[in-house]
Amino acid sequence: MSTAVVTVNRGVFRGLNLRQKTLLMIGLTSLLLLTIVVSSVSLGEESLQTDFSSKNLSPSTEHPFGTDWMGRDMFIRTVKGLGLSIMIGAFASTISTILAVILGLLSSAGKTADSFVSWIVDLFLSIPHLLLIILISIGMGGGATGVIIGVAFSHWTGLTRVVRVEIKQIKTQEYIHISRNLGKSRWWIATKHIFPHLIPQILLGTILMFPHAILHEASVTFLGFGLSPHEPAIGIILSESMKYLSAGYWWLAFFPGLSLLIVVLAFDMIGDNLGKLIDPKKAHE
Amino acid sequence: MCLKGENISFGYKRNNLILNNVNISVDRGEVLGLIGDSGSGKSTLCKILAGYENNHKGNVIIDGKKVPSKGYNPVQLVFQHPEKAVNPKWKMKDILNEGHIVPQDILDSFGIKKSWLNRWPNELSGGELQRFALARSLSPETKFLIADEITTMVDAITQAQIWNIVLDIVKELNIGVLVVSHEKNLINKLCDNVVYLDAINSVN
Repeated sequence: MSTAVVTVNRGVFRGLNLRQKTLLMIGLTSLLLLTIVVSSVSLGEESLQTDFSSKNLSPSTEHPFGTDWMGRDMFIRTVKGLGLSIMIGAFASTISTILAVILGLLSSAGKTADSFVSWIVDLFLSIPHLLLIILISIGMGGGATGVIIGVAFSHWTGLTRVVRVEIKQIKTQEYIHISRNLGKSRWWIATKHIFPHLIPQILLGTILMFPHAILHEASVTFLGFGLSPHEPAIGIILSESMKYLSAGYWWLAFFPGLSLLIVVLAFDMIGDNLGKLIDPKKAHE
Repeated sequence: MCLKGENISFGYKRNNLILNNVNISVDRGEVLGLIGDSGSGKSTLCKILAGYENNHKGNVIIDGKKVPSKGYNPVQLVFQHPEKAVNPKWKMKDILNEGHIVPQDILDSFGIKKSWLNRWPNELSGGELQRFALARSLSPETKFLIADEITTMVDAITQAQIWNIVLDIVKELNIGVLVVSHEKNLINKLCDNVVYLDAINSVN
């Protein structure tokens, strides 16, 4: 017993229990992401002014991420790019979630509706993600709207399946039958019994969709089908830096890439930790 | 007033009938025992009588009328596994009062403590949950109670306790009870009449 307690409390946050650690983790990562978004919005255009007297500087205390070939500070560009990525990710995953919930609910309406939803999920899953995003993005005329809709329309499938299965599973539970026998209407059962079970799934699905959305936005932009080159997106930064890598300007790709990785990991951590908190079976851990 | 199952036939698969032309009838205020081997279709019959299973032949009739499919069902079924009969995301007080506000004297007679009401279902034991399930189903609107092995998960003393309470309330509210059990001693003790459901499905 005592050994178990000791092993649990090892690590960085000694003296906190698992729940407090989880909350702390969620708080810190959310704060990091919020800081990025807020600072990227509040930084004006003038902070990215070209300054040819300080071009291609390697990382220093004045320019922590170095400067590019036009003398722009890479740190500010990265922050602005990440902020844009997170906002695009937010829009895309929200639209995706709405689609998934509507289709998931539709699938519980009847047998025909169910097979229609399954068919359309299979249809979208059979097309490679990236290809679909590029197609939709070009079809929508590129830019932020194109990327958002492209990512949104290719990421709803997983969550739709989760919602559909969850509803199917809950509908066969005994307490649903009992509720019906106690004289409750279908609508009452759907909102009071079934919906509370769906909320955690939907919330987690949305948050875990974020990293996908951000990475796909970056990769589509990197390939040149996404945002236009004047916007400070991570994908643009990375694709431009490719030209300068051979000249030894490693910081142009290294720091933005690393930051992107950290942001994606942060979202993943929030999702995982939130999952631990929401699941009632783990409530006492 | 009585609950009647007339010529009930049912099979989960075609050509594989579990119930074949079963007739059963429970009067109000009567406590009827139902015994049968495992797999003889006791639970299936219970589900049909309580309206859980609708793909059957034959009729379930109360006072010469069919049981309405909407609204409060006067036939309430209580299961063997109370932990499956409660929504794990609901507090106990919401579960208890889902059908009607359960009066305090019933809570007292079941021995349901106030402190239990604010707990989650996974914090209570099977016996405690079963008391909730019974209290929930014994409303003034309930005319018949089908008890499908409701005390199998508790020890003999608790079993006697629960059944005493149930029989008291049932007498007070004039409810007809169908007791399903494997334990012949229990059935003999509780019931006015006993029927035997054998595998070839005729009620004796």
